[in-house]
Amino acid sequence: MTPSTGTTAEGRAAAESRTTADGRDRPPRPAGASAGRGGPAVAGLALGGVLVASLLAAVLIGPADLSAAEVGRSLATHLRLDLVLEPLGLPVEPLSPIRDGMVWQLRAPRALTAAAVGAGLAVCGVVMQSLTRNPLADPYLLGLSSGASLGAVLVLVAGGGAALALLPVAAFGGAVLALAAALGLAGALGQVTPTRTVLAGLAISQMCAAAVSFVIFWSVKGDAFREVMSWLMGSVGSATWVSVAVTGAATLLLGTGLMLSGSVLDAFTFGESAAATLGMDVQRVRWTLLIAVALLTGALVSQSGSIGFVGLILPHAVRLVVGARHRLLLPLSALAGASFLVWADTLARTVFAPRELPVGIVTAAVGAPVFAFLLWKGRARA
Amino acid sequence: MTDRSPSSPSIARGPRPTDRARSDARRPSRGTEPGPSSSSGEPDPSVRRDAGLAAERVSWGIDGRLILDGVELAAPAGAVTGLLGPNGSGKSTLLRAIAGIRPPDDGVVVFDGDDLLRTGRRARARTLALVEQDASTDLPITVHDAVLLGRIPHRALLAGNSDADRETADRALARAGAADLADRQIATLSGGERQRVHLARALAQTPRLLLLDEPTNHLDIAAQLHTMEVLRTLAADGVTVLAALHDLNLAAATCDHVVLIAEGRVVAAGPTEQVLVPEIIEPAYGVGCDVLPHPRTGRPVLTFSPAATIPVA
Repeated sequence: MTPSTGTTAEGRAAAESRTTADGRDRPPRPAGASAGRGGPAVAGLALGGVLVASLLAAVLIGPADLSAAEVGRSLATHLRLDLVLEPLGLPVEPLSPIRDGMVWQLRAPRALTAAAVGAGLAVCGVVMQSLTRNPLADPYLLGLSSGASLGAVLVLVAGGGAALALLPVAAFGGAVLALAAALGLAGALGQVTPTRTVLAGLAISQMCAAAVSFVIFWSVKGDAFREVMSWLMGSVGSATWVSVAVTGAATLLLGTGLMLSGSVLDAFTFGESAAATLGMDVQRVRWTLLIAVALLTGALVSQSGSIGFVGLILPHAVRLVVGARHRLLLPLSALAGASFLVWADTLARTVFAPRELPVGIVTAAVGAPVFAFLLWKGRARA
Repeated sequence: MTDRSPSSPSIARGPRPTDRARSDARRPSRGTEPGPSSSSGEPDPSVRRDAGLAAERVSWGIDGRLILDGVELAAPAGAVTGLLGPNGSGKSTLLRAIAGIRPPDDGVVVFDGDDLLRTGRRARARTLALVEQDASTDLPITVHDAVLLGRIPHRALLAGNSDADRETADRALARAGAADLADRQIATLSGGERQRVHLARALAQTPRLLLLDEPTNHLDIAAQLHTMEVLRTLAADGVTVLAALHDLNLAAATCDHVVLIAEGRVVAAGPTEQVLVPEIIEPAYGVGCDVLPHPRTGRPVLTFSPAATIPVA
């Protein structure tokens, strides 16, 4: 049954190939290139340290002249560190309510919200880019930000005291409706392929964007205009502990869930049929991840508006450094995204203090040149 | 080197019936093996049903058009089976149907006695691997990491790669002749190198059934022979290999069995020498075909001529 190969060219080629295949010791792989075991843990710890330092710095930095000691006293009071410190003979004296409020009611929730939003957006960006195999994908791909904007703008225009309280709900609702419309449209076109998903999202995005522009053009004036613009550009300026709770819970729950999908996303490296031959239920994975991304993004957008570029740039930057292995890429992107947005927000409120920029302007102003640089650096590959 | 002189009459076209008779006489008699089944419907009976792959009545259609129409196919364990057919005959679709990527609308796919289409996805991914054409990525990923993807079905989804996984990937790379590429970025590879990496990724899945869609496309002749030799050594280890091939001569030189499909139906199946004969190839591809013996191996060598020059017999 087996054909004799004999001393044909085929047989010789085979014999040669066997010697090259087996008889050679490969040089050890450079650390970080592939198998480095300690590298990822070190990188994770380092970025975690950077995030903690960034959060502390963000609470320290600001136009109001608060000393590090005062900030420390405020944090110690609220974190009940006095229970530990008092017995050690280190009494903690509470700050005056106004100065304490600046630390605990303004800067701390703001920094934490920025961190949660940055982490969540970066994770969503990684997932969307991998899932659609599209380097330009971001968390807002399926019309989420436009849908949320439409919800928010409608509420802001309607005005009234209840408006601000309703805003997050309206934004979340708008995002979910836009997602449903985009996925419904993609599904109506046939099997939900990446291209169809992207195009359907684009259609819904444009429709919502037109509606937002129309509402602004028609009816927004004065303060409402600034409010709307600030929301559209994205801002964590009005973050409260409620924002921290919403964004933190969403990022911890959904973001962690997404971060656990590393192997699943890895399986999609060479496309869908490759993923299928690796045992993935392609359609189910896609729907599950898309919906998780949408819910997380919706929750983040409801608190911070649509902050651009974090979900687009951060994944690319981190991927450039650590490669495309998702088990590493996802958590490191989350940590990097958190630190990035904490610093972007700190810049936004200090550069032109006391005037404050929407943080979306800062992320775009920093992000666009970085993106251009990455494109230029990756030109050989393109 | 060879004691058989090249049979010049079959090169310079003689009267066809004589030709045919001579080629029949030359063929070693294989009493135990029945002739090729030249109509669709009957699986190759030389194949034991319980070892290896058997596809029965596999049909798959899209937009009301039947791409696979009741395909019966058998690929015995420990052998290389070639899947041949003109462009658009359904070779790729059949491989994808067997792999469960596009489950057939109708039919059964049995491997080693198990119904593959009823097997769980991950269990199936531990049993079979598919090397597809033109799988590519824009992501920055090293060859070694790409090959490690083949271990995904073998480990818990939350787990990372173990040392054993890394060793399996190293062995797969070595076996596919791609060991020296391990640290390269996928994006920097040539087409032939990439093809070897895809083969290594499939081998890292440690499949018992290996499906390949045109694994020698874009490869130079040495690389083609190397790939086929890798498949032969896999088959010698007991792996069932089913490869869709364009090059009939490559199939003639290296396959134990071939299955010829056209327009979604099996035209002929059986031992290579019995299927790659002018009577079967000419109508299937619409060309003239002459079969010569290889001067050294004695295996069939096919030459082709435009259909118009064939005298109507």
